[in-house]
Amino acid sequence: MSKSPLADTLSEKTLLLDHGSGGHASSRLIGNLFFRHFDNPILNAMNDAARLDMCGPISMSTDSYTVDPLFFPGGDIGTLAVHGTVNDVAMMGARPRYLSCGFILEEGLPMETLERIVVSMAAAASEAGVVIVTGDTKVVPRGAVDKVFINTTGLGEIIADPAPAGNCARPGDAVLVSGTMGDHGLTVLSGREGLNFSTDIRSDSAPLNHMVEALVTQVGDIHVLRDPTRGGLATTLNEIAGQSGVVIHMREADVPVRESVRNGCSFLGLDPLYLANEGKLICILPQEKAQAALELMRSMPYGENAVQVGTVRDAADGPGKAGQVVLETPLGGHRLLGMLEGEQLPRIC
Amino acid sequence: MNIADSFRDPALCKGLLARLHEELDRPLRFMEVCGTHTVAIFQSGLRPLLPEGITHLSGPGCPVCVTHESEVAAFLDLAGREGIILATFGDLMRVPGPKGRNLKLAQAEGARVEIVYSPVDALQLAAKNPGDTVVFLGVGFETTAPTVAGTVMMAKAQGLRNFKVLCFHKLVPPALRVLLDDPECAIDSFLLPGHVSTVLGLEPYQFVAGKYGTPGVITGFDPVDILESLLIMVEQRKSGDYRIVNQYRRAVADSGNARAREVMFGVFETADALWRGVGRIPESGLVFREDYASFDALQALGVTVQEAPPTPGCKCGEVLKGKMQPVDCPLFGKGCTPAKPVGPCMVSTEGSCAAYYKYSV
Repeated sequence: MSKSPLADTLSEKTLLLDHGSGGHASSRLIGNLFFRHFDNPILNAMNDAARLDMCGPISMSTDSYTVDPLFFPGGDIGTLAVHGTVNDVAMMGARPRYLSCGFILEEGLPMETLERIVVSMAAAASEAGVVIVTGDTKVVPRGAVDKVFINTTGLGEIIADPAPAGNCARPGDAVLVSGTMGDHGLTVLSGREGLNFSTDIRSDSAPLNHMVEALVTQVGDIHVLRDPTRGGLATTLNEIAGQSGVVIHMREADVPVRESVRNGCSFLGLDPLYLANEGKLICILPQEKAQAALELMRSMPYGENAVQVGTVRDAADGPGKAGQVVLETPLGGHRLLGMLEGEQLPRIC
Repeated sequence: MNIADSFRDPALCKGLLARLHEELDRPLRFMEVCGTHTVAIFQSGLRPLLPEGITHLSGPGCPVCVTHESEVAAFLDLAGREGIILATFGDLMRVPGPKGRNLKLAQAEGARVEIVYSPVDALQLAAKNPGDTVVFLGVGFETTAPTVAGTVMMAKAQGLRNFKVLCFHKLVPPALRVLLDDPECAIDSFLLPGHVSTVLGLEPYQFVAGKYGTPGVITGFDPVDILESLLIMVEQRKSGDYRIVNQYRRAVADSGNARAREVMFGVFETADALWRGVGRIPESGLVFREDYASFDALQALGVTVQEAPPTPGCKCGEVLKGKMQPVDCPLFGKGCTPAKPVGPCMVSTEGSCAAYYKYSV
């Protein structure tokens, strides 16, 4: 790892309460770390708020990130804080443009750890084409938070007309996913619990806004876009089925899950369909547009494993009631794919 | 196709299903003793595809479900005590004890509860926290008990005195005897637990076929395993040649795992045990042997298991004995749901009520 630039300019190697005081220590932290990596004219203006040029309908989303461990194969809390909010903003059929970023930091955090996170965030924002225009830093006493909490808020211009929404799934629509399910959730869980699977398990954390923009502008007529983060594919589809008052019929054999993830889940008694994803989207659109959307997604980064996993049905066409997700198993049987009650817990045997 | 996928092969399953439909000439009531089998039957979508003449009953083989209310009360008694860290497998966290209290709630109120993936993790927790006492919640059948016993041996070898086990382990064969002695249970055949049998082998089940004339098939957890086992049951009912068959040969040796049994019975010995919904079953539990008594949380920490009254209205006992289907319980889906479970069959991921609630279309 390269030497921390802070080491050149500051003697501080450990975060102190002083760095949140608003005085000189705060200024050094902001100037030598955040401004250095997030560098852009709006932020550099150093006003109390950012001046933005936006018009038309706007998509806005906020999320807080508290992942343990901070660093994991495929990403870290910084990439999550950018990708998560960029993706949420994009799922309205929007082009994300600006992010705010608030840090709550635990006294005693190594400065080098914070810098690694900030560098990751800057790279993630750059790839997504968004700029971090305002921010905030608080340092709290040891034990008051777990190392680093980050909140990001995103703003973007809605480019789809009408904008996709959770209540717009219609009978006859196709349900597509942009890739494999469960990679992020299992990676973080195995990292947190010290389960060293000797496999290729890594987070899928990625910005999806470029894929969304291509879908909206080149395919169009997108009814629903969602990223299946916490609760995974199963929970997100249940939300959509409920909002739209339809049955979502899924074919289990068509849901892409990496073999390593499937095996890891089997070992722990977890279901990959309920595990979080941070670089995948669900796209629901008329069946006649499905093939074009799939070809487009497969031609783009982060979409090479895109497939159709199901269809939207009217409750009268059974099986299942309005608001339910019905899974057709490879044997041709059907079962409910319900919402998770609480978190998934590993089983005894 | 890799070898694991071959046990889920749809074409093979369809062939076996067709044969099952052809061969079944009279009704068959079978019990899947193990909760994982119950869930596997639902998750694979097999249930609606089985012939109508087949009734499947869920047995007492979910370790969470059979943990008695008084045992849960003992966990909760320890939770929150000064200097105690409870280490547990995850699926005990939501099990309701008396008055609906559970470990999740205790944790939110400040009890130190750690979810572990192995009893060895609990041992490491004890090593890292020398000023505290780590109590591992020893729940589970013959599958789990040997690793807990092995961990106790490690603790003794390492001289770790702040590691204790609250031992509520249970043994499967004595519970089968209770079911077979109860004429109301009327079970034609048992789908015997795959995981438990890796330790036990065939011998401890021989009385099922020998004394009670009831077939039993040790089975894996994929649809091909289950369908093949049902065919074996049907064939045995036809021929009258009742035996214990090991269908799960890829994991279970006929003789089981002698070393695991040696470790388990080196640390523990059998004693009567309380089973939720069933009551006291002779010689169906494990307690510490004298040599390892210092690791017994009950003795070391002065925990008393006071027989708690059954939860009013809860029919989990009837469900566990195969006398009632989950959907026939008056509380099912009304007063008792996974969000607010009254009984453990609704809370455990392997519980039969939870499986019916979550998966039935």
